[in-house]
Amino acid sequence: MSSTQMITVTVNGQDRCCHVEPRTHLVDFVRNDLGLKGSHLGCEHGVCGACTVEVDGRIVRGCLTLAVQTEGCRVRTIEGLSDDGDVRDLQESFVRNNALQCGFCTPGMVMAAKELLETRPNATRAEVREWMSGNFCRCTGYHAIVDAVCETLAERAKKRAA
Amino acid sequence: MKAPAFDYVKPRSLAEVFDLMARYGDDARILAGGQTLMATLNMRLSDPKILIDITRLQDLSRIEVRPGVLHIGALVTHTAIESSALVAEHAPLLAAAAPHIAHRAIRNSGTWGGSIAYGDPAAEWPCCLVALDGTVVVQGHGGQRRVKATDFFQDLYTTDLKPGEIVVGSEIPVMTRNHWCAFDELARRHGDYAVAGLAVVAEFDGTTARKVNLGLLGMGVIPLRAPRTEALLAGKVLDAGTIEIAAASLKAELDPLPDLTHGADTKRHLATVLMRRLLSAAHASRAALAI
Repeated sequence: MSSTQMITVTVNGQDRCCHVEPRTHLVDFVRNDLGLKGSHLGCEHGVCGACTVEVDGRIVRGCLTLAVQTEGCRVRTIEGLSDDGDVRDLQESFVRNNALQCGFCTPGMVMAAKELLETRPNATRAEVREWMSGNFCRCTGYHAIVDAVCETLAERAKKRAA
Repeated sequence: MKAPAFDYVKPRSLAEVFDLMARYGDDARILAGGQTLMATLNMRLSDPKILIDITRLQDLSRIEVRPGVLHIGALVTHTAIESSALVAEHAPLLAAAAPHIAHRAIRNSGTWGGSIAYGDPAAEWPCCLVALDGTVVVQGHGGQRRVKATDFFQDLYTTDLKPGEIVVGSEIPVMTRNHWCAFDELARRHGDYAVAGLAVVAEFDGTTARKVNLGLLGMGVIPLRAPRTEALLAGKVLDAGTIEIAAASLKAELDPLPDLTHGADTKRHLATVLMRRLLSAAHASRAALAI
């Protein structure tokens, strides 16, 4: 029982072939097996959002997804997202707005905000608050985080209009 | 915490799923979106020997219109329901309720069938299905059965599913121009379990409500209907006076289970708050059409 299984998964653009135990969730897999320490583990039961990663273009809770479930999938973590430059404007906005203090929640916040920016380009502040409510910040920096996301939405809207 | 050790299989057919279920019995758990199962595994509230991942069965991830009903496959995700044009047209109640389910990252993984099979009395989908007079389609080695949603949910996390059966989909009567539906819930924080929730499915003749279905979540051990209050509303114009009488009736009819932070009286009151809001909105919307 529970011998390891072989999975083939594309992580941040790189094909990986690894043996994993079925019980290993996605964030333990990327952190411990692949050394990508940007995704964090907070509550480990789907509440805090620190482990948010992308599977096949959609954000998921990394602690509620098994590594074996991602066989054949494309996984993106904050490392890949940062290197690709897709959210450089959002990250700069986080810095400008002091939207992080200890930084533990930040990778999850950025992953979550990325899908909002892409799927809800006209989101209102209320919608941003609702969307981001799935991610906890224990330094209580919510206001600045919402500011940072709203500012990025506005900047992108301006760019589209230009 | 970390999940205990288990095996994992991802079958290619339903027949294979049923074979595995027969072989492992209660030691097996079905894995679809995993948004409840994974949390219970991580908290070690469940200790299965094997997870049967059914997400390869792509036939179960369809939303389609069939004669008189909208069919929603078990593997359809909450996000897919939220963004489906077919759902918006034929079952707008579900489109209205979807954003209340947890958070986006969870809605991207969690499935319709998982929510129905788990039967959480505080969850949105069981409540909506009950309010819509929908049907749950279950399947096992012996074939398919159709169970009315109002019969499917039997007790706390207990459904009519027999050993060896899984939920494969649901059927929802399609809405017509005479229907009006809405969903609302009250939660401490968006995405948290709601303290109280209400789904209204009403059928109108002009401004007269021919039939009003009230589905309630967070009130008892199963998603509830309020038959006495529904009977009182049938055939009435939903004006302020009628709504007040209905609120008194609902208060008398409900016997809510308290949760950790809310007593039965609070829940009873919140249910009437939601009903006042939604029935007033229903009436306003019908009155505007009638002018």
